[in-house]
Amino acid sequence: MKRAAFMALLSYWRRQPGQLVTLLLGLALATGLWSAVQAINDQARSSYALAAEQLGARSLATLTSATGAIPLKRYVTLRRAGWQVSPVLEGRVRLGNRWVTLMGVDFLSHPTASTMQEQQPELAPVDVLTPPGRLFAHPATVDALGPGKTPAPILRTDGLPIGIVLTDIATAERILGRAGQISRLLVLSDQPRDLPALSEIVPDLTLTAPQRETDISRLTDSFHMNLTAFGFLSFAVGLFIVHGTIGLAFEQRRGTIRTLRALGVPLAAISRLLLIELMGLALVSGALGLVMGYLVAASLLPDVSATLRGLYGAPVQGGLSLRPSWFVSGLGMAMVGALIAGGQGLGTLYRLPLLSAPGQQRWLGASLSQMPVMATAGAICIGLGGLGLWLFEGLLGGFALLAGLMLGAALLLPPMLAFVLGQIARRAKGVVGEWFWADLRSTLPGLSLALMALLLALATNIGVGTMVSSFRLTFTGWLDQRLAAELYVTAPKDDIAQDIEAWLIPRSDAVLPIRYGEGHILGQPVRVYGIADHPTYRNHWPLIDAQPDVWQRLGDGSGVLINEQLARRADLWPGARMTLTPELSAEVVGVYSDYGNPNGQAIVALPVLLAHFKGVANRQFGVRIPQARAADLADDLRQTFDLPASAVLDQSAIKARSLAVFEKTFVVTAALNVLTLGVASFAILTSLLTLWTLRLPQVAPIWALGMTRRKLAQLELLRSTALAALTAVLAVPLGLLLAWILLAVINVDAFGWRLPMYIFPWDWLLLTALASLAGAVAAALPAHRLRSTPPSDLLKVFSSES
Amino acid sequence: MLFLFGSAAQAQGFADLGSTAQGFAVPDRNTVLSFPRDHGAHPRFRIEWWYLTATLTGSDGQPYGVQWTLFRSALRPQDGTGWQTPQLWMGHAAVTSATEHHIAERMARGGIGQAGVIAAPFTAWIDDWAMIGDIGTGMDSLSLTARGTEFRYDLKLHADTPLVLQGERGYSVKSADGQASHYYSQPAFDVTGTLYLPDRDVQVTGQGWLDREWSSQPLSANQSGWDWFSLSFDSGARMMGFRLRDSGAGYTSATWIAPDGTTQSLPDGALQLTPLTSQKVQGRTIPTRWRVALPARQLDIVVDALNAQSWMETSFPYWEGPVSISGSHTGRGYLEMTGYD
Repeated sequence: MKRAAFMALLSYWRRQPGQLVTLLLGLALATGLWSAVQAINDQARSSYALAAEQLGARSLATLTSATGAIPLKRYVTLRRAGWQVSPVLEGRVRLGNRWVTLMGVDFLSHPTASTMQEQQPELAPVDVLTPPGRLFAHPATVDALGPGKTPAPILRTDGLPIGIVLTDIATAERILGRAGQISRLLVLSDQPRDLPALSEIVPDLTLTAPQRETDISRLTDSFHMNLTAFGFLSFAVGLFIVHGTIGLAFEQRRGTIRTLRALGVPLAAISRLLLIELMGLALVSGALGLVMGYLVAASLLPDVSATLRGLYGAPVQGGLSLRPSWFVSGLGMAMVGALIAGGQGLGTLYRLPLLSAPGQQRWLGASLSQMPVMATAGAICIGLGGLGLWLFEGLLGGFALLAGLMLGAALLLPPMLAFVLGQIARRAKGVVGEWFWADLRSTLPGLSLALMALLLALATNIGVGTMVSSFRLTFTGWLDQRLAAELYVTAPKDDIAQDIEAWLIPRSDAVLPIRYGEGHILGQPVRVYGIADHPTYRNHWPLIDAQPDVWQRLGDGSGVLINEQLARRADLWPGARMTLTPELSAEVVGVYSDYGNPNGQAIVALPVLLAHFKGVANRQFGVRIPQARAADLADDLRQTFDLPASAVLDQSAIKARSLAVFEKTFVVTAALNVLTLGVASFAILTSLLTLWTLRLPQVAPIWALGMTRRKLAQLELLRSTALAALTAVLAVPLGLLLAWILLAVINVDAFGWRLPMYIFPWDWLLLTALASLAGAVAAALPAHRLRSTPPSDLLKVFSSES
Repeated sequence: MLFLFGSAAQAQGFADLGSTAQGFAVPDRNTVLSFPRDHGAHPRFRIEWWYLTATLTGSDGQPYGVQWTLFRSALRPQDGTGWQTPQLWMGHAAVTSATEHHIAERMARGGIGQAGVIAAPFTAWIDDWAMIGDIGTGMDSLSLTARGTEFRYDLKLHADTPLVLQGERGYSVKSADGQASHYYSQPAFDVTGTLYLPDRDVQVTGQGWLDREWSSQPLSANQSGWDWFSLSFDSGARMMGFRLRDSGAGYTSATWIAPDGTTQSLPDGALQLTPLTSQKVQGRTIPTRWRVALPARQLDIVVDALNAQSWMETSFPYWEGPVSISGSHTGRGYLEMTGYD
C-alpha cells in the first residue's frame, strides 16, 4: 500500500517534468554557488594557515633594526644576555626562471624549521648545515623555477608557502652575499627567568609584538567575507526557486493526497512519504550542485589566487583540493534548504482536514494584512545593523551594517510595493486600470519572496559594480600620476648604476633616483623613500591632503610625506610630527594616496635619506624623456649596458601590468554578479508558475466579463514587468548605500584607504531595463498558457465553485 | 658521561657514516694529555663534553643535585667562522630535589661567539650559561651559572686535588672492539652557591665532579645504552664506573680514586651492576635502585635515586640525577642512564 501510495505521489513528477527540472536545478544552483564559494575560501584559508604555521613567525614577537640589517654580533649579545632569539635573513634572489623570497633561518633555534628536515628522513644535519646546504620549497614553487641549476639542491616540501624558499641561514648568507647580516630576530616563546630588559641590551632594536591580526589576514578576510556574503545570497536566492516549486507541487497534488487519505493511507504516512521524496530530491540536486560548485570553483580559483597573490602578496595554491567537510556541508545545505523550502508545505498538509478540497490556500509568502509586521521587522533589522556598526569595530561592524541593511531592505520591499501600488490604484482611471493595479497588489504576497531575491541581486549588482568601477577609475588616475616618468631602470649593481646614470643624463630630460631605506613606525615596517627636488613630483604626485608649502618643506628637509595607509593607521596628518629613526623626526607636510600597498610608506628629501640610513642602494631611476623617444632610449640602454629586458621598464608596461592585477580581482566579482542575477530571474519565473494555478479563479471572472484571453495575457506580462521595474527602482538607492558602505566603511578598515565614489546612472538604467526584461521573460510562459487556455478550463472554475 | 656517543650515533644514522671516523681524529693510546691546552675544545674530534654534576645540601637541610653540561658535536672535522662552521654546541642544565626536577636546554653554532670553550683562562659558555675559571688556576677554581624558565643557579667550585686521568693515562676503552675516548676528571670540587627555584632561593654547599671527554667513534653496533655512576664516599674515596649494555654481559669499566688522588683502573668484569627496583618514568621502565659491587675494593653498596623522575626531556632524552649510597660504604653520587626505551 505504501509503495502504491509513494508511486502515486511520485507519478506527479512524471506528468510535470518541467517542475521537476526547476526544482532540481534551483536547489542544485543554490548548492552549487554556495559550495563553489566555500571551496575557494577553504582553499585560500588553508593556504595561509599553513604558511603562517610553518614559518612560525606570525605568532612570535620580532626585533628589527631601523637601519634594515641587524649585525650578527647583536644576536650574539642578546643570546649571551640570556634572551632566546632566533635569526632570520631574508632577501629576494633569482633562482631558475623566477625571483623568489629566500628565507634563511637558524635550523638549530628556529621554532619550526626543523620539521622540514624531519619530513626528509634521509637528510642529515650535515647536509642542511654545511655547504652546499639544502633549499626547501613548495612543489609549486619548485616547478615554477624551472629546470635551471640552483645554488644548492632543492627539496620539495608541502608545508611551505608558495614563493618562499627556506634554507639554513649559513646557506642564505652565501647565496644572498650578505654574510653576518640578519633581517630580523624572532623572540621565542620560552624565555628564561630574571632576564635583563631588552631596552638595556639592544636599545637600537625595535620590538614588535606578535600580530594575531596580520595585514594579510585583514586584507584577505575582507575578500573572503565578500565571497561568503555572495555565497549566502546565492543560496537564499536559490531557495526562493525551490520554495515556489515545492509549494506548487503540494498544491497540485492535493487531489491525489485527498484520494490516498480517502483510501485509508494515514496522514502521517503520507507526510513521511513526502518528506522522503523531498530528501531524495535534495540529495540528487545537492550532488548535482556539488559538481557545479566544483566546476565554478575550479574555473575561478586561478583568478582568485592570482588576485590574492598579486594584490596582497598572499600565497594561495592554484589547484583545488577538496575535504570531506566540503561535501558534507554542501549536501547538508541542500537538505536544510529543501526542508526550509518544503517545511511550510508539509506543515500545512499536516493540518489539513481529511477531505478538504483543493482550495484557495495561499502557499506562498505573507498576506497583505502582514505588511505592517514586515515593515516593522525590516526597520528593526536596519536599526540593528546600524547598532552593529556602532558596537563592533572594524570590518565586523561594517559587515553587520551591511547584513542588517540588506535583510531589512528585503523585508521592507513588499510593504513599500504594496503602498506604492495602493497609491497608484487609487489614482487609476477606468475599470480595467483599477482592476489591474488592485490585482497586482493582491498578487504581491505570492511574489514577494521572488521580488526580495531580485531586490537583493540588483542591489548587490549596483553596489559591487559601483565599487569596482570607482576602484578602477581611481586606480588608473592614480597610476597616471604616480608613474610620471617615462622609463624605470634597475641596475644590477651600484657601480653599474652610476655608469648608467652618467650615460642617461645627456640623453634625457631628467634622471630621478629612486632610493629607499627600511624604517619602523609603530612597530610596522615602513619604507622610506628619498626623492630629488624635481617638478615631476610637484606636478604629478597624488596628494590627498597637504600644507600649502609642502614641496618647499620637503625640499629643505623639514617635512615628510606619508602615504594614506600610514596616516590613517598612525593618525598622522599634516601638522603632526613623526619619528622615522631615533635621530630623524620631521613634520608631516602631506599625505598621498598609495593604493594597493598594504604597508606604510614615507618620503623625505634625498639628502635626508642618505644622511640617516646606511647602505641605501642606488640602483633604480625614473627617466623623463618625451614619450615618443622612450622606446628607442630603452633599447639603446639595454644594448649599451647589456641589461635584461626587465631592467628597463616602459611606464605604459608597468601600468598595464598593475592594471591587469586589479582586473583579476573583479573577474570573480563580475562572474558571481551575473550568476546571482540569473538565479533571481529564475526565482520570479518559478513564483509566477506557482501562482498560475491560483490565479485561474481570479482571472476567470474577468474573462467572463468580456476581456479577451489575449488582453489578459498582455496584462499578465505587463504586471510582471511593472513589478520587476518597480523593484529595480527601489534597488538603486539600496545599491548605492551598499556601495558607500563598501567604499567608505569596509574598504577603509580592510585596506586602509578610502576610495572616492563615482556614480554611473547609465548602469542603473541598463540594470532596470534588464530587470524589467527578466520580469517580462519570466511572465512569458504563464502569459502564453493563459492565452492558450481553453475556455472550457476557465468555465470549470465556476463549475467547481458551485 | 658517554652521552654524546648516543647523539653522535643518531647523527651517524642520519649521515650514514657507518662506524668509522670519516676523517675525524681518532683517540690514540700514546697521546699525552697536556693542560691547560686540553681543557679547550678539540674540533677535529667528532664529540666532546664538559660535564659537571654536584651533590649539594641546602640551608633547609634538604639534598639537591645540579647538572651543567656543554656538548660539542662536529659535523665535519674542521673549525670555521660565522654561520659556516660545522661545529655545533648543546647545553643541558638541571636542578633536582627529592620532589622537583627542573631542566633547560640550549643549542648554538660555533664560530659566531654564541657558544664555545677557551682553554686559558678557562671559559666554557653557551648563551648566558658559563663555566669560568679564575685566571691562572686552570680548572681548579670555577664559577658556574645557568638558568631556565623556572630556575637559575650560581655556584663557586674549588678543588685542591690533581686531575684524574681515566683509563690508561686518560685513554679510556669503551668496548671489547677497541672503541675509546680521551677522558679525564676533577672529582673533588667543594661547591658553594645559591639555587633559585620557582618558590624559594636556597643556599647550598656540597661536592662537585667534572668530567672531560672527547672522541670520534660511536658505540659498537651492538651496544644499546649505558649505566654510568660517579660516587663520592664519606671515607674520602671515589669511584667512577660504567657498563655499556649489549645483548650479552656488556662491557664494564671502573676507576677507583683514593682520598689522596691516586687512581686504580679496573678491567672489564671487575664492576658488578645489578638493577634492584625499576620505576615508570615518562612511560619507560627505568631501574632507579642498584646494587653496585667491586669485590677488588671490598665494595658492596645499594645506590638509590633521590628523585626517580629525574628525566632529561631534551632533544635526546635520558635519565640523570643524584643518588644516595648505603651498604659497605656510604655517600652520595650521580647516575646517568641511557637507552631505556
